[in-house]
Amino acid sequence: MSKEVKIIIDGKEIKAREGEKLLWVALDNGIYIPHLCAKRDAEKPDASCRLCFVEVEGMPNPVTSCTLPVKDGMVVRTRTPRVDRLVSTAFELLLSNHRLGCGKCPKNRSCELQTIAKERGLKLKLTRLRPLERDLPVDDSPQGFIYDPSRCVLCGQCVWVCHNKVGVGAIGFVRRGIERKMATFGEVPLAESRCTQCGECVEVCPVGALTKKEEDEKQAESA
Amino acid sequence: MSVTRSEVAKAYEKLQTQAKKKVESLKEKPLVTVGTATCGRASGALEIFNLFQEEIKKNGLDVNVMEVGCMGHCYAEPLVTIYKPGFPSLCYGSVDEGKAQRLINDYLINDDPCFEFAMAALEPNDFFPTFADYPRGVYEYKIVMELCGLINPEDIDHYIAHDGYAALVKVLNMDPDDVIEEIKNSKLRGRGGAGFPTGIKWELCRKAPGSPKYVICNADEGDPGAFMDRALLESNPHQMLEGLIIAAYAVGASQGYIYVRAEYPLAVTRLQTALDQARSKGLLGDSILGSDFSFDVKIFQGSGAFVCGEETALIASIEGKPGIPSHRPPYPATQGLHGKPTLINNVKTLSYVPHIIRKGAEWFKSIGTPESPGTAVFALAGKVKNTGLAEVPMGTTIRDLIFYVGDGIRDEKKFKAVQIGGPSGGCLPESALDLPIDFDSLQEAGAMMGSGGLVVLDEDDCMVEIARFFLDFTQKESCGKCTFCRLGTKQMLEILTDITKGKGNPEDIDLLWELAEDVKAGSLCGLGKTAPNPVLTTIRYFRDEYEAHVNEGRCPALMCKDLIMYYIIPEKCSKLCDVCIGSCPTEAIYTRPDMLKAIDQEKCVKCNSCLVACPPQYKAVIKISPPRPVEEGEMKQDE
Repeated sequence: MSKEVKIIIDGKEIKAREGEKLLWVALDNGIYIPHLCAKRDAEKPDASCRLCFVEVEGMPNPVTSCTLPVKDGMVVRTRTPRVDRLVSTAFELLLSNHRLGCGKCPKNRSCELQTIAKERGLKLKLTRLRPLERDLPVDDSPQGFIYDPSRCVLCGQCVWVCHNKVGVGAIGFVRRGIERKMATFGEVPLAESRCTQCGECVEVCPVGALTKKEEDEKQAESA
Repeated sequence: MSVTRSEVAKAYEKLQTQAKKKVESLKEKPLVTVGTATCGRASGALEIFNLFQEEIKKNGLDVNVMEVGCMGHCYAEPLVTIYKPGFPSLCYGSVDEGKAQRLINDYLINDDPCFEFAMAALEPNDFFPTFADYPRGVYEYKIVMELCGLINPEDIDHYIAHDGYAALVKVLNMDPDDVIEEIKNSKLRGRGGAGFPTGIKWELCRKAPGSPKYVICNADEGDPGAFMDRALLESNPHQMLEGLIIAAYAVGASQGYIYVRAEYPLAVTRLQTALDQARSKGLLGDSILGSDFSFDVKIFQGSGAFVCGEETALIASIEGKPGIPSHRPPYPATQGLHGKPTLINNVKTLSYVPHIIRKGAEWFKSIGTPESPGTAVFALAGKVKNTGLAEVPMGTTIRDLIFYVGDGIRDEKKFKAVQIGGPSGGCLPESALDLPIDFDSLQEAGAMMGSGGLVVLDEDDCMVEIARFFLDFTQKESCGKCTFCRLGTKQMLEILTDITKGKGNPEDIDLLWELAEDVKAGSLCGLGKTAPNPVLTTIRYFRDEYEAHVNEGRCPALMCKDLIMYYIIPEKCSKLCDVCIGSCPTEAIYTRPDMLKAIDQEKCVKCNSCLVACPPQYKAVIKISPPRPVEEGEMKQDE
């Protein structure tokens, strides 16, 4: 067991285990830091969503809290002008590539993007950037759920759970750059892949990319 | 050490005596060398090489013909050097079939050295100037390129005869810590771009717990317009290999990799030959030169992703995973390949190592600047007269590099900017010409040393288009993992594309700047962190060009197709000539009733053919920006 250290986040003194990643320390102590790609049990942080920036005294630039091991005496601020600017740009970048229209989305009111917007006072629409929406076919081949890649934020939660918790490895990331997306091997529909349709990926999806069919239908009725 | 100093040294002495004998015997009779690196081959060097061989055979001449690498004078390829006893050794540039025949008949068969198409002599003599007598030679200082183009890269004996592997012998009798101390003392900085102190990197890796340790040579050179590493590997692969073996000894590694792009097939072949020969001489493999140090090297061919030049992506690629970067720390020096301490150095960095070991850290520090000692190898490209590779001391100004080493701008055009460091670097304006080239001053100016690509831009280059070109490259090469790089570069590219099409809004320039700053600050790896540099520097130094595009729909360099139109000045057009009509692929040019030519703007696709075709005595075709109706007589006063 690593030793206990004391750190300060936003003026609040917090006890933590040395080496634990700052993001989890903050979240466990009721201090919100936006995040999408972080997995608590993962061996190495992805650090891909670029939302969990904080400023640490003694460090010249904002750093991602999911990659930062806590050290005794660390002084952290979760809200600074530089942090807010990076988070708001990263958030709007994600929105620019995400099919908006929360009213029609089954994840409405339980979507992580909505949480971030609420916590940080950000708008759920594009203010400066242009839409880079993808028009990708929806995969409704599984019996119980739907995969809509146009809503995916590439956080990798589904991929991680499929490989590391379920141990099936039916899905992964394919292609590069702006074309990068979650897909099965050979990009065949989920039902034709080795996917066992266990539905664990749906549970961890923070947005409306992987949703249960029943919720989808409910949403369609109410809308 | 289980082996005494003299045993390793003796083993090497034996190798070197043999090698020297072999190399000296080559020059007992005339020797023709042809530069057959990729640059030479692209200009037909293999044909010239075959021609020499065939003709020499046909004429029954007692002459040796040998392939060599690239001397750096890529503009003058194919480059042939003839060594003939009793004559100065002469280089001949741009050798075609005709020149080759002359050299065979006049020089090899008879005794006329054809001074009329000689470029330079290799050593001082009474007949012909040497490279050092030209401005370029005054500024150049060759360390890693010293033997390039002079030795046979496919014969290890040529390297050994020139004291190759002597540094390894010296190192095998040293304590690894002392080797690291020497490299630290030399203040050698990584030539891959960022300029991290090499000795400190070695020390971190040596001290890191874990075994086995790995050393990797990063030869994933991917900047558009950069080819220094390729030339070094094709021209003198053993120099890098010796550096890699020394690095392995210093950090305590037993396995090495050379990560080289598969698009460099010749480099891969020559590296493979180098590895085989080094093994057969006992310089690689089990108990090197009879010492108790064992080390071997594998070649790993990368598939050409730009991002795989980034350390963590490169490691992932060797491990068989997608070449996608991960967060640092942990740095590869402590946790790299297969989670083990791994040292990654660039080709050039490793190539300096044998020289530093042989001649000492003090010698190295006597060259260049105090904070960036040594030399820098640049790939000169773009609108400069003498394209090719140049090795100059750090601290040489950009002006000297372009106007003396590169011999100035092509076609007497005006210098506008220089793009240093490839897609990660920046565009520096004329006011930066006197900037000394070293890691820190370039960084301060907003560019970076990068791997050493240097593209010269003239008045005909639009800075917005240049920024768009480089961003288009990085955007396509983004792995897509992190938000800023995947989406931020795309957003920036969209804005830039709009501006070059005349669809930009006044607020776009500031938005572009903000986005560029955020992508730089927020990206996960070096690719994203540096991708905005071309945009930031062009806005910083050439904001007026952005404003002209956005506010006036005008491209000052007349480069952006959507913002220009072609026009034939009636006063200059010859009624009797219709070359332009013949050159136009879309039949947009017609003959007016008064026999003058004019362009139907509806049909014109702005291919530039008419402008090129119009005979120089008329120069009647011009480009106008922004496109607008022109009153007859308006252009009369021009020129």
